[in-house]
Amino acid sequence: MPPFLFWLFASLMLVFGAAVVLNRNPVASALSLVVSFLGLAALFMSLDAYFVGIIQVLVYAGAVMVLFLFIIMLLNLRAEEGRRINWLAATGGIVVALILVIQIFSVIGHFQAARQTFPSLERSTTDDVWNIGALLFSNYNLPFQIVGVLVLVATIGVVLLSKREPR
Amino acid sequence: MITLGDYLIVSGILFAIGFAGVMLRRNLIIILMSLELMLNAANLSLVAFSRFRVSPAGLPNYNAQVFVFFIITVAAAEVAVGLAILVALFRARQTTDVKDISELKF
Repeated sequence: MPPFLFWLFASLMLVFGAAVVLNRNPVASALSLVVSFLGLAALFMSLDAYFVGIIQVLVYAGAVMVLFLFIIMLLNLRAEEGRRINWLAATGGIVVALILVIQIFSVIGHFQAARQTFPSLERSTTDDVWNIGALLFSNYNLPFQIVGVLVLVATIGVVLLSKREPR
Repeated sequence: MITLGDYLIVSGILFAIGFAGVMLRRNLIIILMSLELMLNAANLSLVAFSRFRVSPAGLPNYNAQVFVFFIITVAAAEVAVGLAILVALFRARQTTDVKDISELKF
């Protein structure tokens, strides 16, 4: 991927990620999150991780975002109005986030491998999905089944939580 | 050329944005969205390292991509449960503001 496209998608992702936090209207936040996830999917594709990029679009930009928008519409949430900003909490949060960014910059500055470019790939006879699937069903078979149980438990939990209690 | 550090810095800034969202916002839905941003920042650095550690056969290190797959699955389950709790809370209190739900018992 040419460097121009990397910076384009990275800035797209970061700008809309910041828009998620800064927007007062929850619907606008959710739609900014979709754009941010699409930029992230493009970055995954730039790293030759096509399967992860597709999954990102399908699961996040598709299913998870529909869930968010559905809940926002269901609860009929409006933009917060008239609420004063608590300046002490706001400056505290921004300062802690800035310290985190400075920390990350200094760690990456001391990290030798971070200055190297990515090595080139060989042409593979099998594709991305095949390679990940083979690993998933051989080395990571037990975690895969545990994740299956986890998703089942989450489904049951959601049904129980959203059931109305008889009065 | 784009180096590994560029991806790591972008991922770190995305994580910080999500972190600031959790600290600053009081709307529970926005806090959940910021959590998603933080999980995705972790995914980005995992995929960058996967592309960086090329195996002798010339393929990326797929272990990291399997890990990203697991993170996405768990994050989807987490969002579903979180939003269900949010709906149950909204039924009880008609609010999604964390300032209004600071008591343990109601």
